[in-house]
Amino acid sequence: MGTGALLEVESLAVSIGSARIVHGVSLQIAAGEILGLVGASGSGKSTLALALMRLLPPGARASGAVRLEGRSISAMSEAELQSVRGRQVGMVFQEPMSALNPLLRIGEQVAETVRLHGRASRRQARSLAREALDRVGLQGEDGALDRLPHELSGGQRQRVALAIALVLSPSLLIADEPTTALDVATQAQVLALLRHLARSLKVGILLVSHDLAVIAQVTDRIAVLERGEIVEQMATADLLGRAHHPYTQALLRAARLEPKRTRRDFAHAALVLEARDIVREYPRARRSLRRRPSPLRAVDGVSVAVHAGETVGVVGESGSGKSSLLRVLLALDRPQGGEVRLLGENFSGARGAALRRLRRSIQVVLQDPAGSFDPRWRVERLVAEPSHVLEEPPSGAALGARVSAALEQVGLPAAAGARYAHQFSGGERQRIAIARALILEPAVIAFDEAVSALDVVVRAQILSLLAELAERLELAYLFVSHDLQVVRAIADRVYVMQRGRIVEEGPAERVLRSPRHPYTRSLIEATPQLGAPLAGTGC
Amino acid sequence: MSGQGSPQGGWARGAAPRGRGSAAAAGGAITLAFLAIALVASIWTPYDPAAISIADKLQAPSARHWFGTDQLGRDVLSMIMAGAKNTVGVALLAVIIGASIGVPLGLIAAARRGVVEEMVMRASDLTFAFPALLLAILFTAALGPGAVNAIIAIGVFNVPVFARVVRAGALTLWTRDYTLAARVAGKGAARISFEHLLPNLGGVLAIQATIQCSLGVIAEAGLSYVGLGAQPPTPSWGRMLNEAQSLTALDPALAVFPGCAVALLVLGLNLLGDGLARGRGG
Repeated sequence: MGTGALLEVESLAVSIGSARIVHGVSLQIAAGEILGLVGASGSGKSTLALALMRLLPPGARASGAVRLEGRSISAMSEAELQSVRGRQVGMVFQEPMSALNPLLRIGEQVAETVRLHGRASRRQARSLAREALDRVGLQGEDGALDRLPHELSGGQRQRVALAIALVLSPSLLIADEPTTALDVATQAQVLALLRHLARSLKVGILLVSHDLAVIAQVTDRIAVLERGEIVEQMATADLLGRAHHPYTQALLRAARLEPKRTRRDFAHAALVLEARDIVREYPRARRSLRRRPSPLRAVDGVSVAVHAGETVGVVGESGSGKSSLLRVLLALDRPQGGEVRLLGENFSGARGAALRRLRRSIQVVLQDPAGSFDPRWRVERLVAEPSHVLEEPPSGAALGARVSAALEQVGLPAAAGARYAHQFSGGERQRIAIARALILEPAVIAFDEAVSALDVVVRAQILSLLAELAERLELAYLFVSHDLQVVRAIADRVYVMQRGRIVEEGPAERVLRSPRHPYTRSLIEATPQLGAPLAGTGC
Repeated sequence: MSGQGSPQGGWARGAAPRGRGSAAAAGGAITLAFLAIALVASIWTPYDPAAISIADKLQAPSARHWFGTDQLGRDVLSMIMAGAKNTVGVALLAVIIGASIGVPLGLIAAARRGVVEEMVMRASDLTFAFPALLLAILFTAALGPGAVNAIIAIGVFNVPVFARVVRAGALTLWTRDYTLAARVAGKGAARISFEHLLPNLGGVLAIQATIQCSLGVIAEAGLSYVGLGAQPPTPSWGRMLNEAQSLTALDPALAVFPGCAVALLVLGLNLLGDGLARGRGG
């Protein structure tokens, strides 16, 4: 009955309790084809991906038909399924760290999959593992086999996860947000690898993501999932030009990320935050009794300036020293050299009352909307927390009014204050974090990867909100991110950071259109853009 | 051929094992029962546990004396009840002493790091290096036997346990973004420790307190067994066991009741502690 398709899904439906998560989904993937499955968070993408291999959480019910190479997955016994998973179908998920056993060497982890599925000898398994690691660009001869997961970077770990998925040469690969936790350069490499697998090894791939810009680069076809239903499904090139469904168009707009405000030149405005020649070093672990190791220099002579009302972006890969710099700018760490001035006063050297007074003028919004709130505090208390640095902290009704006003400014009802942070979605939590930063009416707010964990639609909303607040309240922003696209959408001026140094700076428009430094150029090439093909072919 | 998912869901992974909560509930019930007995005993016992009546000595359990009487004709049920008050009191106070010194030490070690942390941790290593019960015996032998000294001796060994648990927990919490946000809000280490860390360590502390309580019960029984706990005429389970030992041939039942009381209370506390720990981990 097979029609030649590798994977056929017919009217698949999943419900958990009385909630219908996925319904009426039908799709096909041919050998060597990459199908993109795109939708905002909560659209049922991941549930759908899990349902294909019958990996749904307890309590979920599914119906419909899933056929792999003509065999019905839904009719298989658990034993048959186990031989299909891993051997015929490989799977990769978002978090490469949690998918690996931290105590097992890479080579053994890959080999383990082989040994679980067949009677391969230890040596055969090891050579297969080496081949698989070679295939994903981790050269087995270089000792990659003997390394532990924590010794690898995020991109390398994702490659190991891919190697495990691919070691038995499966005909189908299911990849759920495989690049979301990676920075742009690594993301580009992993995407190139996926495309290579499909083209040369004829692996069929289901690539699940919230970001159209990412998956449009490598997919042949895209299915758009909204509230558990496929609302549109067509060839990638057609979708970019002729999407009809309003939801697809919203996703496209969000992925394009138009500039949120007209850029202005603030060179003549007053300086709000100024850092000169900042050096930040971390001591390294001692290996010999005689010699003290030279410290690790994370920030190496960096100067940054933010003018009143200006939005400044700091861009760089993970490990470029952005976060270390930010901690110094916020006076959380003391620099080993240089000085930070806030509103003309020495901030990095301030102590006691002076430090507390200055803290009112700079606030921060952090990346992880889940981790940046005390789980035991209600939102009203969380938002009110910074008001503690005021000389006469308001209390009772006055404080309540301030909290409500701050929540309203970020588009949340005042009633939100009575709930706990975990009761809100990722985007709403980031709004709460912004409200907390606003309550002191600071002159500048620093953002550390503040929108990286959000899906594209929510990201666009938050960026619009930030642009509007900046205009209305004349706020200055320091926007630290690895994502050039985000910085392009919001910043007036950018600094590009590499290995602890600023390699390029200038107006955002100029730097991103005609970059001068090769590093900036490579970052721009790696950044996914709708309609532009994936740059570079190697991995 | 469309595969219909069965109600149990052939599609779903195996369901998580159930029934762990009931063990914790049983542990909680046992612990509460002993607490209640200890409270009741401080107001009322069927007989005066210290009242000697040689005429009634070594009676078997009966309607008048539910658990019988001992070699001096004292009512065993009353002694067990009064002993519960003594044991529970000693174990609880020792935990309170340990926590009230150990928790601040752990918080300070995590907040200050460096030399302070080293000092606190090496001092606790030093305490751990000695067998706790032996040292407690040494301690009470030096200070003189009695309930108060037993409390101090057991409490001292609870200090490093709490200091370690709190330091480990606080170190992970210090890496959370919300402590960073609190620092940006201008709060100092002490304030963050009390407002953010302590409430979030509450669960871990409750588990540790339960475990230390059960160890305290055993330690108290041990100390009073060798005569270093509460002194006569205050009844205690350990001394009841000691006295019953010489009478095992005459009346083996005398050892059963205090022995069961110790075992049951320790079991209850451990079930409760395990249940709390699983509840957090699950």
